Amino acid sequence: MSTDTATADTHTEHDPHATNTGISNNKLAMWLFLGTECLLFGGLISTYLLYKTRGNGTTVPTDIFDIPFTSVSSFVLLMSSLTMVLALSSLQRGDVERSRGWLLTTAMLGGVFIGGQVYEFTSFYREGIGFTTNPASSAFFTLTGFHGVHVSIGILMLMSLVVASIQGRLKPQNAETVEIVGLYWHFVDIVWIFIFTVIYLIPAE
Amino acid sequence: MSETAAVERPDDHADDHPSDREYIKIALILGAITAVEVFTYFESVLNWGAFLIPSLMVMMVVKFWLVARIFMHLKADGPVLSRLFGGGIMLAVAVYMIALLAFNFF
Repeated sequence: MSTDTATADTHTEHDPHATNTGISNNKLAMWLFLGTECLLFGGLISTYLLYKTRGNGTTVPTDIFDIPFTSVSSFVLLMSSLTMVLALSSLQRGDVERSRGWLLTTAMLGGVFIGGQVYEFTSFYREGIGFTTNPASSAFFTLTGFHGVHVSIGILMLMSLVVASIQGRLKPQNAETVEIVGLYWHFVDIVWIFIFTVIYLIPAE
Repeated sequence: MSETAAVERPDDHADDHPSDREYIKIALILGAITAVEVFTYFESVLNWGAFLIPSLMVMMVVKFWLVARIFMHLKADGPVLSRLFGGGIMLAVAVYMIALLAFNFF
């Protein structure tokens, strides 16, 4: 009797997603991916640092940085990390509607950041700095452009969560999905924290 | 009980996550640090001299650490993920510091 019960318990309580680390495979995969992303952005940042003064007689991006404007963009992205964790927290509490609102707010703040980047790129272009103008501009547009693409992909993921929520497919049981998208979003924010300091604030000699 | 009962499930750490109030507190700290960073840009207000770059680097690391530990839940999720992510960062820093040294950046 007791053996049968124990066997039955083993079968009924078996969690197909349980791992011996206690961390789901999806979450582990996202963290591994983020680890590799550190190498990608490390390469792009290093390249920019090496080329930032190489203007070949033309204007380089550091000459025309608009720090007050970029500071506002940075603040917006930083606050989007707050709205992202609030979306997860709301969903974990079972408040699906509030979670949807925070997800939408996060996507909108991401959109504001991208809008700021488009404005910055446009103003650089008007000042005569294009992608192929000099090595410094190529490195700058590649680095910040790659980051912008990451933010844009994040916005798409957030909007797909909003749509899933509207369709009733995002429930408290799916909180881990929101957490994984959140990990990606926070990583994008972390990369910008680095770019903002190293690229924009530390003066070129 | 069965052996599987001892195995943690994906959301077992959800209760360990910080409260909304703590998240807001961290966001305010991040905002304040960003304000100080931007303040350093206006050298006419205060000349930071040789302390400028070290100060900016420290503030950047603090912001990085707060987002990773609190918002990304590394504090609550145990050491495995911290080692994975920390390993990636350390590897990237080591590889690119060597690359920058090789190109006489410093």
